[in-house]
Amino acid sequence: MSIFAGNATRVVVQGITGRDGSFHTRQMMEYGTRVVAGVTPGKGGQRFHDTVPVFHTVAEAVAATDANASVIYVPPALAAGAIAEAADAGIALIVCITEGIPVLDIVRVLPFVRERGARLIGPNCPGLISPGAAKIGIIPGQICAPGRVGLVSRSGTLTYEVVNHLTKNGIGQSTCVGIGGDPIIGTNFIDVLRAFQDDADTDVIVMMGEIGGTDEQKAAECVRAQVTKPVVGFIAGQTAPKGRRMGHAGAIISGSSGTAEEKIAAFEAAGIAVMRRPIDVVELVQTAVRGKR
Amino acid sequence: MNLHEYQARSLLRAAGVPMPDGDVASSPAEAESIAARLGGVVVIKAQVHAGGRGKAGGVKLAKTSSEAYEHAARILGMSIKGLEVQKVLVVPAVGIASEAYVGLILDRESQCPVLMVSAAGGVDIEEVAATTPEKIHRLAIDPRYGLLPHRALGLALTLYEDFAAARAAAGIMQQLYAAFVANGASLAEINPLVRTSMGQVLALDAKISVDDNELERRPDLAMLRDESAEAPSEVAARRAGLTFIKLDGNVGCIVNGAGLAMATMDLVKYYGGEPANFLDIGGSSNPEKVVNALRIITADSNVKAILFNIFGGITRTDDVANGIVAATKEFHVKVPVVIRLTGTNEQVALKILEGVGMRALSDMDEAVRQAVTLAREAA
Repeated sequence: MSIFAGNATRVVVQGITGRDGSFHTRQMMEYGTRVVAGVTPGKGGQRFHDTVPVFHTVAEAVAATDANASVIYVPPALAAGAIAEAADAGIALIVCITEGIPVLDIVRVLPFVRERGARLIGPNCPGLISPGAAKIGIIPGQICAPGRVGLVSRSGTLTYEVVNHLTKNGIGQSTCVGIGGDPIIGTNFIDVLRAFQDDADTDVIVMMGEIGGTDEQKAAECVRAQVTKPVVGFIAGQTAPKGRRMGHAGAIISGSSGTAEEKIAAFEAAGIAVMRRPIDVVELVQTAVRGKR
Repeated sequence: MNLHEYQARSLLRAAGVPMPDGDVASSPAEAESIAARLGGVVVIKAQVHAGGRGKAGGVKLAKTSSEAYEHAARILGMSIKGLEVQKVLVVPAVGIASEAYVGLILDRESQCPVLMVSAAGGVDIEEVAATTPEKIHRLAIDPRYGLLPHRALGLALTLYEDFAAARAAAGIMQQLYAAFVANGASLAEINPLVRTSMGQVLALDAKISVDDNELERRPDLAMLRDESAEAPSEVAARRAGLTFIKLDGNVGCIVNGAGLAMATMDLVKYYGGEPANFLDIGGSSNPEKVVNALRIITADSNVKAILFNIFGGITRTDDVANGIVAATKEFHVKVPVVIRLTGTNEQVALKILEGVGMRALSDMDEAVRQAVTLAREAA
């Protein structure tokens, strides 16, 4: 088992004929993901790699193939529209890889997605992978291995670094989820923590955070109150320079400057084992597993 | 992207927000003629992307136009928090009866614009928020309906007992929200919103930050960027499609991905070194980007060693290797370079580097330790 994506996931790729979309569709298919359809308006009727049917709209793709998840590789100006289209077609899991979407576009589309009962992961994220079952997005499959560690992260390549350490040391993963680095995202740490807590095949959770905002502090509070499984955490950006702040609204709204120190302190107060270096994930996860037995 | 006060003023004015007249000047003579045109007492305000201008001496009252000339001459060229003042705003002084705060921000937590107002506006608003949060009133705005008039009025009545003043403030809140949405802002703030001794409600200051992701489709806003307010190396980096922030250390870092770039800097520090910069070459790995990244970093004479940390995903490590080889042909890199490459097309990348007698490591910790040691030996 895994969270959000597994053997029953049937993926439609929005932007399948684009440069990034076609490259990563091939990678997803090679990994064994069931890519059942592609969408590029104007290219309906074609086939991708002689196998995957391409449609003008997501609704057509769903009607013909029963797709239940979508991954989006369309340009930033069109991405929020693509998210709305997927939700309108009844897609339950929408993964948006696109980087550079205006934040107000996401603010406007989120209520639309939620009213239709869909989950958005991202935008500006690497997607997710349930090793051995399905990969939706761009996380390199060869660095992952099936297992019982659940990983959630705000970043892309830093996730790869940590997953790679785990896999090389014989520690597999149930699901790795990249939730994205933008200020406003569809699925946050807490959503993923709860899913891992409820997943019978996840024993330990790894949470990779960054400076900025207060999501990590909120996640720490959730861990303290609702998560019984051991959690290992990391915060990137301890040496990042403090920006020249404009205006007061940021400080008024959160009462926090979003520094690494604040976040690490929140993690430690919630009983999360904090890595100092990415490689520390191996020892801390091993300790957590031993503690559980 | 942060706008200057004079730029934010013109966006808010276009939305109808009432403000004192005024204009921006780049020379003392210009400031003098604006003051003469306005007549009466004026305020000369430094235009820099930094808070605390008043406390730094960047805001002065001038009773005459010749005094405006003198103040402008002193403020122009002054440095505030490391930024040189190149423009001043000249506005008429107004008699202030009370100062309020009105701010809009895209709030990560409620995932929508949040309007915050307080009757206790002015320079100490953050102190007010920290010590007496009940004096700040907040409203989350559903972007589908915008700022509804009755809600704006409800908030405005927390600012002013006088109904006419409250109605004027409610109108300003709606104009501020309209400007926020129309310009793809992540922050729009009026502090202070004043009630004058004549009973008028006016915006005396304006701050707007535009979401960087809007600039692609809004060339009119992108034009407002003031590159003179940034380090030349940061301007060069942005033009080359790189995210770069200069720091004070001596280990130059070239990394793909912001999270890994921050973790790399942290690890440099962990092993006793100091990072010279944050540099993210981004996802797609055009070799030209790598050449530009190396050029920008080698231009910093503090840099004693350069560390590449590339975990290939979308980024192809062979593209990065080609970029490194191309750069060493184009210009001489005088300091030692430590390369860590792993992931997509790693074997091809290693062959490319071997071809020119370079080698790469696959372990991040080992690469960082080597770079820190080399930088220390060279220093």
